[in-house]
Formats: sequence, C-alpha cells, structure tokens
Amino acid sequence: MPNLLKPESAPIRALRAAALAAAATLTLVAAPFALAKGTLVYCSEGSPEGFQPQFYTLGTTFDAVSVPMFNRLVQFDIGTTNIFPALAQSWQVAPDGKAITFKLRAGVKFHSNAEFKPTRDFDADDVLFTWNRMADDSHPFHKPAAGQTFAYFDDMGMKNIVERVEKIDDLTVRFVLKRPEAPFLADLAMDFASMLSKEYFETMQAKGKAALADDLPIGTGPFQFVSYQKDATIRYKAFDAYWGGRPKIDTLVFSIVRDATARYAKLKTGECHVMAFPKPADLAEMRKDPDLAVLQKEGLNVGYIAFNTEKKPFDNKLVRQALNLAVDKDAILKSIYQGSGKVAKNPIPPILWSYNDQVKDYAYDPARAKALLAQAGFPSGLDVDLWYLPVTRPYNPDGKRMAEMIQADWDKIGVKARLTTFEWAEYRKRSKSGEHSIVMFGWSGDNGDPDNFFTPLLGCDAVQGGGNNARWCNKDFEALITKAAQTPKQADRAALYEKAQVIFKDEAPWITIAHSVRFEPVRKEVVGYKMDATAHHYFDSADLK
Amino acid sequence: MLKFLLRRVALVVPTFIGVTLLAFALIHLIPGDPVENLSGERGMDPARRARLLHDYGLDRPLAVQYADYVGQVLRGDLGNSLTTHEPVGREFLTLFPATIELALFAMLFAVAIGLPAGIVAALNRNRFADYAVMGVSLTGYSMPIFWWALLLILFFSVHLGWTPVSGRIAVQFDVPVVTGFLLVDALRSGNFSDFGAFRSAASHLVLPAIALGTIPLAVIARMTRSSMLEVLREDYIRAARAKGLSHARVVLVHALRNALVPVVTVIGLQVGLLLSGAILTETIFSWPGIGNWLVHGVQSRDYPVVQGGILLVATVVIGVNLLVDLLYGVINPRIRHG
Repeated sequence: MPNLLKPESAPIRALRAAALAAAATLTLVAAPFALAKGTLVYCSEGSPEGFQPQFYTLGTTFDAVSVPMFNRLVQFDIGTTNIFPALAQSWQVAPDGKAITFKLRAGVKFHSNAEFKPTRDFDADDVLFTWNRMADDSHPFHKPAAGQTFAYFDDMGMKNIVERVEKIDDLTVRFVLKRPEAPFLADLAMDFASMLSKEYFETMQAKGKAALADDLPIGTGPFQFVSYQKDATIRYKAFDAYWGGRPKIDTLVFSIVRDATARYAKLKTGECHVMAFPKPADLAEMRKDPDLAVLQKEGLNVGYIAFNTEKKPFDNKLVRQALNLAVDKDAILKSIYQGSGKVAKNPIPPILWSYNDQVKDYAYDPARAKALLAQAGFPSGLDVDLWYLPVTRPYNPDGKRMAEMIQADWDKIGVKARLTTFEWAEYRKRSKSGEHSIVMFGWSGDNGDPDNFFTPLLGCDAVQGGGNNARWCNKDFEALITKAAQTPKQADRAALYEKAQVIFKDEAPWITIAHSVRFEPVRKEVVGYKMDATAHHYFDSADLK
Repeated sequence: MLKFLLRRVALVVPTFIGVTLLAFALIHLIPGDPVENLSGERGMDPARRARLLHDYGLDRPLAVQYADYVGQVLRGDLGNSLTTHEPVGREFLTLFPATIELALFAMLFAVAIGLPAGIVAALNRNRFADYAVMGVSLTGYSMPIFWWALLLILFFSVHLGWTPVSGRIAVQFDVPVVTGFLLVDALRSGNFSDFGAFRSAASHLVLPAIALGTIPLAVIARMTRSSMLEVLREDYIRAARAKGLSHARVVLVHALRNALVPVVTVIGLQVGLLLSGAILTETIFSWPGIGNWLVHGVQSRDYPVVQGGILLVATVVIGVNLLVDLLYGVINPRIRHG
C-alpha cells in the first residue's frame, strides 16, 4: 500500500528534475565565446541620438558618429588640442582675417552602402553642401524633420560669423567671414562641421529616400557603418580606402552599457576592451587589476562657483574676494576629487595655450576674508543661498559634498549658506535665467581654443544666452577677449588672454575650484590607444595584441 | 459568457483614459523640459529654442497639449521620439520583443521553481522543507532587484565566469533581426554547427531572467503553498485518498487543479510586476528592451516616448489581465455566472 502522507514522490522528483535541467542548460550555454581576432569592443555609456553629426550635441553621439565615420576639414591631433590638416591639406588666412582658403586633400574616398556607391572623390561641392545645408534656410536639405535642428551651428552663432562659402575650384574652397574670427579654425574641427557627401544625399533624394541619408551614415572616416541594434550594439568595419591609412583593427563594436558598474564588470571579464566613464570609486580597484591599465589625462574643463554679480551683495568685488579667500580648495580637492583633480586658479585649464601661470590664486585665509567682508560692510557676516549641482559632472564628482564643505568654510567667517538644488534641467534653466545668487557650475571644452572658455562663459553676450552664470560683463575683459578672437597670430592672442585672466582673478566673478583629470580603463591587450583631449574616443590607431 | 466579456471590456475604457491622463500629467510634473535638456551647460540660441518649443508643441497650454495628444492617440499616432525622431510605436515594436523574451523566461523560471516549491512546502507543512522554501521566498521577495542583479553579476559572471555580464548576445554574433525574439532569430540565422548564436543568446538570458523572476517566484511559491494547504484539507481529497489513489495522483491531479485557480490569477498579476521589474533589470543588464528605453525617456524628458511607452505597457497589462479574467472564468465556471 502506498504511503499517502509521504511527501516524496512526483513533486519532489519534478523539482529535482527541474534543477538538473537548469544546471544542464547553464552548462550548455555558459561556454565562453572567443572574440574574433581584430575585433575591438568599446563599452559606451549610451545610445547615439542619431547618425547625423550636424543635428546633435551629445559627446555620446559624436563618439559613435563623427569620430569613427566622418572627418572635418581640420581636426584635433588625438591627445592634444593642436589642429592638424585632415580633409583640407593646407589653409591660408587672409591678411585682414576675414577669409580662410582651404586646399582640399585629393583622392579622399567616401564609404559605400547598399543604397549608394560613390562615383567621385570628396571635393569642394561636398564642403559647400555640408555648410549650406546648415546655413541656408532655403537649402533643399535644410529641414529634414520637425524637431531636428543644426544644434551646434545655431548655438555657436555661426550665421553671425560666416558670410558665405565659395568654391574656387574642385579642390579649393574659401570661407568668407563677417568679421575676423581666429577661433573659427578650431570651430571647424568640431563634430558639427563633419563633411557629408553631396552625391549621397542627392542619390537618396532621387530614390525617394532622402530622410534615410541621415540614418545611414556615409562619411570619409576610418570606420564604415555596418549595423545598429537599438540600445544594444553599433558595428563598424575598417574602411580599407581610408585616406589616413586603414585602421589596425578590422571590426569596431560599441556595446551600449548605461550602468557604470556593469561596464566595469564587462571590462573585467573581457567582454569589452575599453570602457567609458568609470566611477571614481572603482579606480583604486581597477589600478590593482593586472589585466587593466588605467589611462589618465588632464581634463579640458573647469569646475567653479559663480556669483550672480547682478545681485547684491555680489556686485561688490570685496564680497566676492572674501568668499574666495574663505574656501579651502586643497581640502576640497583631497576629499572630493581624491587625487583626480588640480586646483583651478584660472577659468581655463593649464593644458590650454594662453594659460597664465603668473596669476596668483586666493590662498585660503579666513582671517583676511573676514577683514575684507567687514571692509565691504558686513562685519557680522551675511546669509547667502548656494545652489549645488544635483548630478555628477566630468568637472565635479560630488556637488553636494562640495557645497557642504564650502558651507563649513564660509561659516568660519560668519557667512551662513543655505544649500539648494533642483533637478538638473531645471537647475540649468533657472540659473541661465539668473534666479540664483551663487551657483555651482562647470564646463568641458568643445575645442582647443581658449575662446571656447572665455566667450561662452564670461562674455557679455553670454549673459543673455545664459552661459555666463556670473552675469558678469566687464568692459576691459570683454575688450581683451574680443580683440583676442579677432587677432590672427596665436602668440598675440595668448598675450591678450593672459591679461584677461589677470582681470578675471582680481574681479573674482567665480571661485575657480578644480580642473578634473579624466580616466579611462583599458584592457592590457589594447595597444596604441590614446586618450583624446576633448573627451572623444578614437580607435583609429588602436590595436589588439 | 458574452455579457461577462463585455462587462470586462467596458471596464477597460476608463482605465485607458486614466492611464493617458496619468502618463501625461506625471511626465509634465517632473521639473525640466525636453528643450532645456538638449542644451547642456552651453546657452541655447533663442531662435532654436523657440523653434523646438513650437515643433514639440510645448508652447501651447497644457490642456491643449493633452487634447491634441488624446486626439493623436485615437488616430493611432503616438508621436515621434524627441531624441531620435523615430515614431514611438515603431521604437516600441523594435524593443518590445526583447522585453517579452526576458519576461517570458523570467516567468518560466518563476513558475518552474515556484510551483513545485510551493507544493513541496505545502506537503511538508511546518517541517524543514516548508521553512526553507518560505524563508528563501520571503528573502527573494524582499530583495531589491538592482542589488540582487548586481550580486548575480558579481558572482556568476565576474567571479565564476559562467555567464556573460550584460547584453542580449555576444558581440561577435550579428544576428539579423526578423522576429525580434533573439532565440528565434539566432536559430533562423542558420548557424547549426555549434548553435553558437543561440547558445550565446540563451546564456545572456540566464541572469536577467533569474533577477526578474525572483519576486514572481516568491509570490507564486507562497500562493501555491497556501492554496494547496486549503485544498488538501477538503473532503474530496480525503475521499480520493480513501479510494486508494496514489499520492502523486491525489496531489497533482485532484488537489493541484483546484489549487491552481488563485495561482493563475496571481501569475497574471505578475505580468505587471514583470514589466515594472523589467525597468530595473534591463537597465542593469543593458537589455535593449522597453524598460531601458523608458528610463532613458524619463531622463531625457522625451515626453512622447514616456507617454506612449506607458500607454502601450498599460495596454499589455490590461490585455493580459483581461485574458486572465477570461481564463479564470474557464477554469472556474462559477465566475462566469457570478
């Protein structure tokens, strides 16, 4: 007779069988898969917004689009902010600084895809097409879809800089400027100025697929587009006919991993070779890992606190100087940047030419700060609002902690700071409209020209545009940076910027906090990979051993 | 049956109105707007800002925006993503198979382990096996998904090296997307020598399915246990045993079928839980599904993606719940006539 109460039997057997089946499945599927030789996997931090470099502003998009697949007339030498000839072989600036003539490189091939086989090499028509598409409202390809704008072109005010682009011959073009603009060359090295193929867009239009031309990129860059699986992977193959020489790797894969911990885990297990944006907290462990190398580079950035100089009492230079003197920057660097930053004394980082090392920073001196505050008419201190960053940014790993440290420092001189923050987009919106009295901010440079820091952050026009958070418009400073932007020779420009930095320091519209160092962990088998100064990720020269 | 069906379907209409209103209100309540989100630290050209606000329809009163949105939805148009400019419906359909695949395997895992575990616990009431099953399931239920997922990655992927860390398939397999279900597409891709693509896709499913399936597993195990305990006390079970039927037959045929009624309901309800859990699981495992997509949509204030995504997910959940209601009626005829 069967034992009715004995719970052996079918359910337990079923459970055991299920466990065995699961174990067997795991064994079957868990066999590792070796990467094909010549395939480099980069764990990126997000999906590109699209595949057209003219429309977007995110570094993530540029990394996936303009960097691997396109070229500019001039480009930044990887690892520096020096400009080198790319699709333009040489250039000549007119004596009055109001025109630049580019001699284009001959024999530059465009990529091809299932829809398009180029019949000609890159030439002046492509330069005109690329530029006029952004500049000319009546250009047939000017407005492809609602909500798509030529973001950088518009935001950098290119229409106020460039009068027109002329074709001199097939391999010569001239940019005629409305005013002398020395930084313009560096602007042309930026991603938004990536050169498109006129023939490709026209072919696609003739086929009735004009919109697809923006989704399926055709460029002249080192890698050709293969496929994109949304939010998962982007695949590229080396472009054999690349004018700069075929890349050493055959296949480049972007594996999109939004979570930094998961990116690190993938790097450790060899599922990717290079990872973007490590968490500062993981760096110590990464350095100990024999399979990894942690590359580092001084960032093209600055983290700062801006006083709203339109509001009392921050319109008083003495108050601004006093609050500068009361901040112990060394302690902030030690506690928040943990060795991955440098104290900032100028608005531009030391790796930029024209950095004025003679400028003397406000050394931490609470006694002098208190005296200055008394001189300004606040002997018993004052109450202030300090807005702190709600997010981690490349120039500031922990805004809240930084604000707390500054709050404690200021407390010592009788300044009581109330800490406030908002959601990130709201924070930017409110500070751009000047609601704040003291705001924590920062900047990462787009190009290697000092003007890219001075004008958008401290220029008088930027008060209205919102980039000038100090809302500080100083005539002497403005005259210097304007003149510098219109002066052709770099040495002359540097002298002007150096003077501007002296005024800036004395006027103290900001407390310059730090220039952060960027880190990139790569696996040891990766050779020839160099970190870029403008925080892009180039794999042209990378190889695997 | 038809009356029952109509009554259920009628209830769906107000639910839909509520969902569109809620999705619209919630995303607009979050501070920050999509245009500001595009600008970064740099100021934005005022003309470009004005054009974008106009293009996105954000320069109109909220009530007008809502009315337009509802009108658009009724015409079957969910709008275009503000980030990618692709139609929301198309993006959803591209990514949804990945979420279904994950949810399906998570559910399979939950049912395959949860059901027998619940039965074993019921049959061993107040004994070690019962305490063990209930203890483990309570732990599973209480564990935050993101933490559990990270633990799984650290142990199985980084420490033991058994499973891949994240993604849907190893990067060396470029499987053409046909159905969107990678296991199916991998088989279709024709690599039959070692089933490499299929094995890779399967291995990538293991950890996310476990992470996502853990809470439903706990719920199913607990529900099966209590339901079984109730049924096992019934007179007809005693009668079956008295008739001399085998233990297995009594448990699996006589008791389980009736015990399953509430369990099926619970399994249906887990679909909502699976889809909400997918948001965290997909983010951690870089699973290119709708959870990952929605999180990014919220971060970038991509209103059409968030509104459309929530609406479509709600449609799926409502649809499944309706199906469960109907199924419930099939399993238990008394419901139909209630």
